[in-house]
Amino acid sequence: MHAPAPTASPKMSARHVNVFYGRKQAIDDVSIDVDMENVTAFIGPSGCGKSTFLRTLNRMNDTIATARVDGEIRLDGEDIYASDMDVVQLRARVGMVFQKPNPFPKSIYENVAYGPRIHGLAASKADLDRIVEQSLTRAGLWGEVKDRLNDSGTALSGGQQQRLCIARAIAVDPEVILMDEPCSALDPIATAKIEELIHELRGKYAIVIVTHNMQQAARVSQRTAFFHLGTLVEYGVTSEIFTNPRQERTKDYITGRYG
Amino acid sequence: MSGSALLFLVLGLALIGWLTARARAVRLSGTARLHSLPGQHGWYVAMWVAIPAFVFLALWGWLSPQLAREGVLASPQAAGLPTFAFERSAILAEARAIARNPDLGAFNPQAELLAPVYRTYLTRYSWIGTAIALLLAFAGGAYAFSRIAPPFRARGHVERGVMLILLVASLIAILTTLGIFGSLLFESARFFSIVPIGDFLFGTHWSPQVVSATDPGADLGAVPLFWGTFFIGAVIAMAVAIPFGLMSAIYLTQYAAPAVRRWVKPMLEILAGVPTVVYGYFAALTVGPAIRQFAVAIGMPYASSESALAAGLVMGVMIIPFVSSMADDALAAVPSAMRDGSLAMGATKSETISRVLMPAALPGVVAGILLAVSRAIGETMIVVMAASGAATISLNPFDSATTVTKQIVDLLTGEAEFDSPKTLAAFALGLTLFVITFLLNIVALRVVKKYREAYE
Repeated sequence: MHAPAPTASPKMSARHVNVFYGRKQAIDDVSIDVDMENVTAFIGPSGCGKSTFLRTLNRMNDTIATARVDGEIRLDGEDIYASDMDVVQLRARVGMVFQKPNPFPKSIYENVAYGPRIHGLAASKADLDRIVEQSLTRAGLWGEVKDRLNDSGTALSGGQQQRLCIARAIAVDPEVILMDEPCSALDPIATAKIEELIHELRGKYAIVIVTHNMQQAARVSQRTAFFHLGTLVEYGVTSEIFTNPRQERTKDYITGRYG
Repeated sequence: MSGSALLFLVLGLALIGWLTARARAVRLSGTARLHSLPGQHGWYVAMWVAIPAFVFLALWGWLSPQLAREGVLASPQAAGLPTFAFERSAILAEARAIARNPDLGAFNPQAELLAPVYRTYLTRYSWIGTAIALLLAFAGGAYAFSRIAPPFRARGHVERGVMLILLVASLIAILTTLGIFGSLLFESARFFSIVPIGDFLFGTHWSPQVVSATDPGADLGAVPLFWGTFFIGAVIAMAVAIPFGLMSAIYLTQYAAPAVRRWVKPMLEILAGVPTVVYGYFAALTVGPAIRQFAVAIGMPYASSESALAAGLVMGVMIIPFVSSMADDALAAVPSAMRDGSLAMGATKSETISRVLMPAALPGVVAGILLAVSRAIGETMIVVMAASGAATISLNPFDSATTVTKQIVDLLTGEAEFDSPKTLAAFALGLTLFVITFLLNIVALRVVKKYREAYE
């Protein structure tokens, strides 16, 4: 296993993580650091475990009854699998955007206000309005929806829905945002907007993006991790992974030998 | 020849047709390549033997008794029959029974006189029917057999035959429904020719035992029945069934471990399989008296043991599994992406359920509740056993109340003339109930459909 790329201050660090679904091992001894300054991309062929690993970072695997995680994952040095860890609080700090846009069947406003409401982040209606506007602005959606905040979130286009989901995640002021193939259900124009958005969000949040699109990984990320068959094959600076991979398997994947 | 013997004879012929056609096709396959398999040729011939004969027999079974009756009426022995239609039918029916089974003794001498005539006609038409059926079977078989040839597409024809049989099977259910609706309409029309529809629908006095001859509408106002039905079925029963049904569905779908769910869900379904009559005596013998005692204890000395509360509570328990399984389906139909989205925001399970899942599942849940209401107001056995016969309008659940179904049973059991407003009222009540439950079902199904579309 290749050593994790050195970073000054890791936001999240995983050490020797294994994930099992029942008897089947989906992740085998993965260690990795992600930080605030860089967007980290997870690439690899379908079924390589990149999404599974992403979901260990905010414990979304807990919702799958047969899933079991061992190893150690720390957020700011705090073990997120410790027994006294409040999962609800963890997920507020580590937000997630899914593959298929999944706005709630509520108004645009209510979608964004959902998180602040359940976590009690807004002291007043004006406060909540401000959070909603700020989140939508950061997600690059405010201009398009400011006159129809009461329309249903599901009535938006696919790309807008995905940006709404990003706004929803931002609204609780997370520290890390996990994106699980956020553009795989979108057309190229909507994809370009999301990528642009990722650039803008970089530095404000630690961003981890799973993608099966290598060009996208090359465009949006500064660190790339290549997964294959549940193991982390190579992790390093994106430009190096793509131009000068150290592992034969990485090279084969990047040059399209398999995938 | 008796009906069943004829049935087996035709089936036997079809089998012979199947075997010979298949044999012939096998022989032909030696000389040229067949389009269809030999067995398909066999089925083609068998269908042509059986279907026309069966269709004819079905029609004949309906037509021949009428022909026989006409014949008997035209005979000289029928001259002495009374002209009053009801008596006349009774005598004819008796004569027919004697004709079929000579061991029966005659109650009416005239029937005995007519019996031999009836027998001649019945025998005659039976033989004519048998002859035509067999002729059709042979003719169909011969026609089909003559078509067997290598290029003949028996396979496609058999497919169409299968479709026809399935179509007829599904039509039977639809036609029966239409027939029931038609007879309800017809009898209700007779009722409404005696009792003004406004009196029936809006009258507040119901006492069918003594209907005034001059103004029958005054004693046949159904509002107390509608109220009782609504109060027991839609208010009390739902007050039990909705909260418990919903909560059990939420527990089972969202909280229960798979092992628990595997046990609890079938148990809940057993509750749905308990015969309603068992619920009925439970309501009448246990719950009713207990509620009465409770009412007396809290200061209502004249409380009824046939209270609306007893029937409604038990009915509610009966409906719990129904509401639970509808809500279960509605919750399961909400995409798991919604649930994940909410959990990933750091919402707890109960926040996710109350703020995301329930609002999304609400249309399905509402539809389920409407269907449950429609079942509750059509439910009969519990109220027959546990509700009162007295039609009162009262908001007090400890008072007695009666329902539409209970009254229909009371009106139609025991001695009853078939053209008195009292008896006909049962049909009008039946029609009202039918229309209401029908509308409830339509609304519910539309809501469900719309809601399914929302999630593709």
